[in-house]
Amino acid sequence: MRAARPNRGCLVRALQDGTFPMTQTTDVTAGEAGDPSQRLFRRTAGTDPGQGFSALVRITRMTLGYPGRVAVALVSTLFAVAAQLSIPVLFGRAVDETLILAGDDAAGRASLVAIALTLFAVSVARGLFTMAQNYTAESVGHALAHDLRLAVYDKIQRLPFSFHDRTHSGDLITVGMLDLEGVRMYFSTALVRTVLLTLLIGIGAWMLITTDPLLGLLALSFVPFAAWRSSAMQLTLRRTWLVLQERLAILSRVMEENLAGIRVVRAFASSRHELGKFDAASAEALALSHDRVSIRVKNTSAMTLAFFAAMGLVLWVGGRQVAAGEITVGTLATFLTFMTILQMPVRQLGLMVNAYARASTCGARLFALLDMPVEVDDKPGARDLEVTEGTLRLDNVSFAYAGSDGRTAVTDVSLTARRGETIGIVGPPGSGKTTLMHLIPRYYDATSGSISIDGQDIRDVTLSSLRHAVAVVQQDSFLFTTTIENNIAYGDPYARDRRIRGVSESAQLHDYVLGLPRGYETVVGERGVSLSGGQRQRLSIARTLMLEPAVLIFDDSTAAIDAGTESRIRSALRGYAADRVTLIVAHRLNSLMHADRILFLEEGRVVEQGTHEELLALGGRYKALHDLQMRPEGDVLDEMEEAAT
Amino acid sequence: MTMNTAEVRDPHDDGRPRMRAVVGSHRIEEEMFGRVFDGKVVSRIWEFVRPYKRRVALAVAAVLTFTATQLSIPLIVRYAIDHGMAPGGVDGGVLAGIIAVFAVVIAINYAASWVQEAVTGRMAENVLFDIRRKMFSHLQKVSLSFMDKTEVGRLMSRLQGDVNSMQEFLETSVLSVGDIMLLVGIVAVMLWLDWQLGLLVLTVLPILLVVRVLWIKRARAAFLAAHEANSVTNGALAEAIHGVRAVQGMDRAGLNQKLYGELVDRNYRAHLRASRMAQIMVPIVDTLTGIAMALVIVVGGSMVVSTRIDVGVMVAFLFYIQRFFDPIRSLTMQYSVMQRAMASGHRLTEVLDVAVDVEDKPGAVPLTPEDDAGVEFQDVTFGYNPEHPILKNVSFKVKSGETVALVGPTGSGKSSAMALVHRFYDVQQGAVLVGGRDVRDVTQESLGRHIAMVLQEPYLFTGTVMENIRYSTHWASDDAVREAAEAVGAHDFIERLPQGYDTVLDERGGNLSLGQRQLLSFARALVADARILVLDEATANIDSYTEMLIQKALQRLLEGRTGLVIAHRLATIRNADRIIVLQQGEKIEEGSHDALMRKDGLYAKLYSLNYASFDDIPAELTGT
Repeated sequence: MRAARPNRGCLVRALQDGTFPMTQTTDVTAGEAGDPSQRLFRRTAGTDPGQGFSALVRITRMTLGYPGRVAVALVSTLFAVAAQLSIPVLFGRAVDETLILAGDDAAGRASLVAIALTLFAVSVARGLFTMAQNYTAESVGHALAHDLRLAVYDKIQRLPFSFHDRTHSGDLITVGMLDLEGVRMYFSTALVRTVLLTLLIGIGAWMLITTDPLLGLLALSFVPFAAWRSSAMQLTLRRTWLVLQERLAILSRVMEENLAGIRVVRAFASSRHELGKFDAASAEALALSHDRVSIRVKNTSAMTLAFFAAMGLVLWVGGRQVAAGEITVGTLATFLTFMTILQMPVRQLGLMVNAYARASTCGARLFALLDMPVEVDDKPGARDLEVTEGTLRLDNVSFAYAGSDGRTAVTDVSLTARRGETIGIVGPPGSGKTTLMHLIPRYYDATSGSISIDGQDIRDVTLSSLRHAVAVVQQDSFLFTTTIENNIAYGDPYARDRRIRGVSESAQLHDYVLGLPRGYETVVGERGVSLSGGQRQRLSIARTLMLEPAVLIFDDSTAAIDAGTESRIRSALRGYAADRVTLIVAHRLNSLMHADRILFLEEGRVVEQGTHEELLALGGRYKALHDLQMRPEGDVLDEMEEAAT
Repeated sequence: MTMNTAEVRDPHDDGRPRMRAVVGSHRIEEEMFGRVFDGKVVSRIWEFVRPYKRRVALAVAAVLTFTATQLSIPLIVRYAIDHGMAPGGVDGGVLAGIIAVFAVVIAINYAASWVQEAVTGRMAENVLFDIRRKMFSHLQKVSLSFMDKTEVGRLMSRLQGDVNSMQEFLETSVLSVGDIMLLVGIVAVMLWLDWQLGLLVLTVLPILLVVRVLWIKRARAAFLAAHEANSVTNGALAEAIHGVRAVQGMDRAGLNQKLYGELVDRNYRAHLRASRMAQIMVPIVDTLTGIAMALVIVVGGSMVVSTRIDVGVMVAFLFYIQRFFDPIRSLTMQYSVMQRAMASGHRLTEVLDVAVDVEDKPGAVPLTPEDDAGVEFQDVTFGYNPEHPILKNVSFKVKSGETVALVGPTGSGKSSAMALVHRFYDVQQGAVLVGGRDVRDVTQESLGRHIAMVLQEPYLFTGTVMENIRYSTHWASDDAVREAAEAVGAHDFIERLPQGYDTVLDERGGNLSLGQRQLLSFARALVADARILVLDEATANIDSYTEMLIQKALQRLLEGRTGLVIAHRLATIRNADRIIVLQQGEKIEEGSHDALMRKDGLYAKLYSLNYASFDDIPAELTGT
């Protein structure tokens, strides 16, 4: 007979190693800037064994949430094993029957037919129970995955900005895809398989040994060796698989950066340099791939040899016993068939061990995500914000980023803005302008001081109502890969066409959109038509206007829009500004000099404040910045430089 | 393009406008399966296998040997039963002899199994890497117009997914040879042992084959649907992660959760369906096995009883029956693998066959540093599509050491002119001369060393600051890199980074501001130390502080070099020795700032509008 090849093709191998070829991670894990311990969910970081074990306990508990299916799976397993084990016995009986009955045709046929019918029935039963076992076990996994997916999605959507700042999006995607997959596979490939193998090997061994202790031990002699090699192999393959993924990720990155930056590559005539990088990364990955082939080959061949060697022993010793009349040929046939039936599951013990290893690390990461506290959340009993006067008040607001050793990015900022007012905020890079803006919709919670709208502290109202009342046009706006109209209506999906067109006109986007072949139905974003920086910002302005917030914040969101278009947007927005507080952060003074008040921020503090004219008259930092921008001449450059140093 | 998105049924279906909300994105799907056999593709792939053809032969030989040993084991058992253990225990010698043969066979089996898997596995890996390298190096040469219109993601899926499916195909092909031989062997051995019993048992084979063929189509549809549902769901998750700030900012989490729930439900159902399809085969195969075993016991058993055959033959039959469904399973799987490989192979050859338009002429000579550093356009006409020229009969000359500013409204052909200097494309008419020679007569590599280029969008690679500045100028010492960084004013901020020059940059330099990235790209050009600098000034608004640094760096960069600058900032333009004004692909004015102001043409008009940058001027004012 033929030894099974447990490692056929890369698809199967990938399945055994713990992933699918389709879901190779391409995120870059190597060479991350900053403190690596700060990075959550690193793939290569080891998990604490205690955590791994409690993850297994927790997954097991979760699977018990589907008691019906779990019971069916386990009971089917039991019956499948019983059917499986009776086949060799029936074989043996048939063989003996033929020998006992030799010459007696009629009687022989009747008893043979009885055995054959039993065997047929048992075989059908084995098929049906195996199907039931596999299907219900997988369905438990899928049901678990279904629930976990929803939980992960919900968690990710609720975790605050500070969490997403310190988490690599690629890592998070991997948790939601690969780790979830590892947990999903746990029930069918670890738990049910453990039951199956325990029953099969345990009862099988008991049957063999009680029939003939010596022959039984010989027949089972390959089991410990194969189990050990198989487990060791799977664990090594799993470990090297993770390393291989990293090397492949580096290779992908080299290729991807080369192709995306092909103009730079050509400009520096550096294709040889690039091929060198490619070859180095490629050689690393290939060497490891070869190692993995060797690990696989060495072990599978050894397992096959051990199995056949045991079989040879059984054949020899058993043959002598048959010759001596101690056992029948049928018993020998039973032993040999038993061995062939045990072979496959024993060789797959490693997969089971691997499934435990995988589920414990994957589960630990997944649960770490699910258990992450949501720092910015609704207070118990929080009520919706009620906007009446539309007055925004900041009272001695300070803020320090987590891990900044208490160094504040915003310090003691106070501000009151009434409906209809426009406030400009300006200052050098890193002066805390954006940070300050992010405190108002509670992207982050202020470390001290308070922010309120119409007297209601923003921490006491629901996040949902707050974010409808405070909307930010971000510096770098994310476009969803869907139509332009869906993008504009993102915050108000039930909006009528008329409103969508309206805001689009105000954001000076309408004419551009009409020029596109499919107009508002044009798909944009990552996999759609790519928009220029200015167009993206205009779209971002349009979708924020849809929200009709009480506080509208422009966070340096017109930098990529040319001055002419920007001034048209500004005049279009004049009407909007009357109904709300408008805050404008900008580098270009043209964008904010019309404001009712301008704050000049430096190192997180307000250092100058007033109208454009007042600040010019003050002759301080604002004036210097103004001079620099309005007269881009060499002499001013020098002047500025002196001022700056 | 297909839409794979979830739409939640409108809960307020009361005449309100329809809901425009989806999660998960529009995806472009590629053909997954091709024809089973495509001669052209196979012959192209064979080119990559050819270098390993001896190993392939060795692997096939090993597979055949392996199969033969597999086949012979039940025969040995049969022989042992019938001849080595006659009751009464007469001749222990025969049994020992048989066991010795058995030992030799399993030793051969061991060796063959080792060789087959090791050689095939390594060979397939090697071919995979070879194909990938060939493609990658080809992409370094193909015309930029191809690269411009091809998405990077698409090329990446060629370089990864498609190559992987070729590898899978190669590996399983060799093993399929073994499967076919095993199937043929089992049939042959059974017929040889007893042709009547053999024929009887083999009747289940065609049944299985028919069932399998009927099944595979529907099963594959179910598997694909599950795969598809999975990637849509994962796509939606990825979108939620990347766009989380926008989602929270616009308070869409609640609705998205509902939409995502629909996707997850669909995914769940698709997987259960696929799982049912996969499992339905189990009882079918077991039933057929049961039939075959029952037949052997009834018919074969009777034959033993009537002593027509030995009991060992019956045992051998029982062993073979347990095996002969395996090769059929693998072979039907191989069918899908082949189809997938043909589709991938077709896409691979498409990439490998992209024409290389811009190539070194035979006998192209290198430009040397001693060559003159002038640039000249002689009556150049060029268009990406020759029907619509972007540049029309443009002639101008930049003398060695001179700085010339190219200005003009968007679409005037400035960027194309710059690309031609570096011979990213070939002109349709006229000639571009660098150092007094036609760029088509010199080697591209030397041209690259003669010209340093700064693109509008600074592009950084993953790696340290040091590596990024040095880039392909291997010979530049660390000190040279530092000097360059100091010269362009980047040194200070680099020193403030956590590990200074050894700080590893995020993807595309995400941990730096745009202005800082700009400065690094200046430093990179400075290190390359070319005689000619071609620069496309950034248009994006940078804060005034960094802007100031950049202006100074630019002046430093142009010192002692020939400069051709696509200028947007008035300060840059005014510092140039000469200004060339392009409009709709034609050169309309040329001269110094003062001369052009006196001339009172387009330049004077643009200048007098008093914008800080030409790009800020609304299109209607430029009269274009």
